[in-house]
Amino acid sequence: MASVSQNFMKLFRGSSSGSQTAATSSSQKLTRRSSGLGELTRLWESDAQLCVLDLGSTSAANIRYFTERGHRIYSEDLLVASTEPGLVTKDEEGKVILDSRKFLADNLVYPAAHFDVVLCWNLPDYLDESLVRPVMGRLWSVLKPQGMLLAFFHTKDAGPDSPCYRFHIVEKDVLEMQKIVLKRESRRGPTGAIHTAISDGFRLQRVFNNRHIETLFRDFASIKFFLARDNVREVLVVR
Amino acid sequence: MSAPLSGDLAQIGKSVVIKGELSGSEDLYVDGQVEGSISLKGNSLTVGPNGQVKASVEAKGVVVQGKLEGNVQASDRVELRKSAVVTGDIATQRISIEEGAYLKGKVDIQGKADKAAGK
Repeated sequence: MASVSQNFMKLFRGSSSGSQTAATSSSQKLTRRSSGLGELTRLWESDAQLCVLDLGSTSAANIRYFTERGHRIYSEDLLVASTEPGLVTKDEEGKVILDSRKFLADNLVYPAAHFDVVLCWNLPDYLDESLVRPVMGRLWSVLKPQGMLLAFFHTKDAGPDSPCYRFHIVEKDVLEMQKIVLKRESRRGPTGAIHTAISDGFRLQRVFNNRHIETLFRDFASIKFFLARDNVREVLVVR
Repeated sequence: MSAPLSGDLAQIGKSVVIKGELSGSEDLYVDGQVEGSISLKGNSLTVGPNGQVKASVEAKGVVVQGKLEGNVQASDRVELRKSAVVTGDIATQRISIEEGAYLKGKVDIQGKADKAAGK
């Protein structure tokens, strides 16, 4: 099935190279400096008890990092949640999509203005097209005013097979990256080819350019970009 | 994986389905289905690899290898093994999470002072 996201990817398809290629070993763990995380460190080190939402794979390191500092952490793996078979539906044109209403009825169910920080990691790049905007809208509503969201986006040099990582906080501005290897066949994704056609991990769905990112976060008060050397842009937005 | 053998260990086998309130003063190993609530205030609950628990849990220690849906209050520690799938909030003094475990919910690490104050 040729989805919009696949067509979109064709526009930006590049070769995986440099550090990205080196990262594809499933057991390999990489570390990278994160300027966005470094910016958030000021919040962690403050006396206030923060409410943090981690949208990546469940990470004991992240849970330990925040709870040791007296903060409250919520963990919710939205990529895995998006592979729920019951989400599959069709739009008015008969195209297979994921039901964003059902998805948001089961996920990200929190009171408004609940979180100080949302760690999105690379979620927008790997989430199914039909869920990206609804999820970002929900994240806006669950963030407190002045709350911050950190997200990573691939640049156009990233290829479609760029591995999806889970992120563990090691130090104030250092992350350990670990390639996600899906455990079960059922996690391949409800729409098959669209989402996770490859057998062992999530597939890059699209590459956002700066304008797309600004549009995605248009309801937020401010946006800050950090360009890294590994074909990733870090984006820190403030509600 | 077989259940640990112990003189003070009650076991719910994988073909057993229970709906209601479970309470007791010995350790409990659940490899079947339980729906309701589980209260083992001075003892531990282990959800085996085949276990499917939909219940609020109150225990000294909780080890999860299977599925657990519900809030967990553990006075000592919670262990999520690599096959664990947990949906619910966890309040405990200590927690360990193996790589591969899935958690959807809040983790609240409570000190003894917090517990005494009922926070």
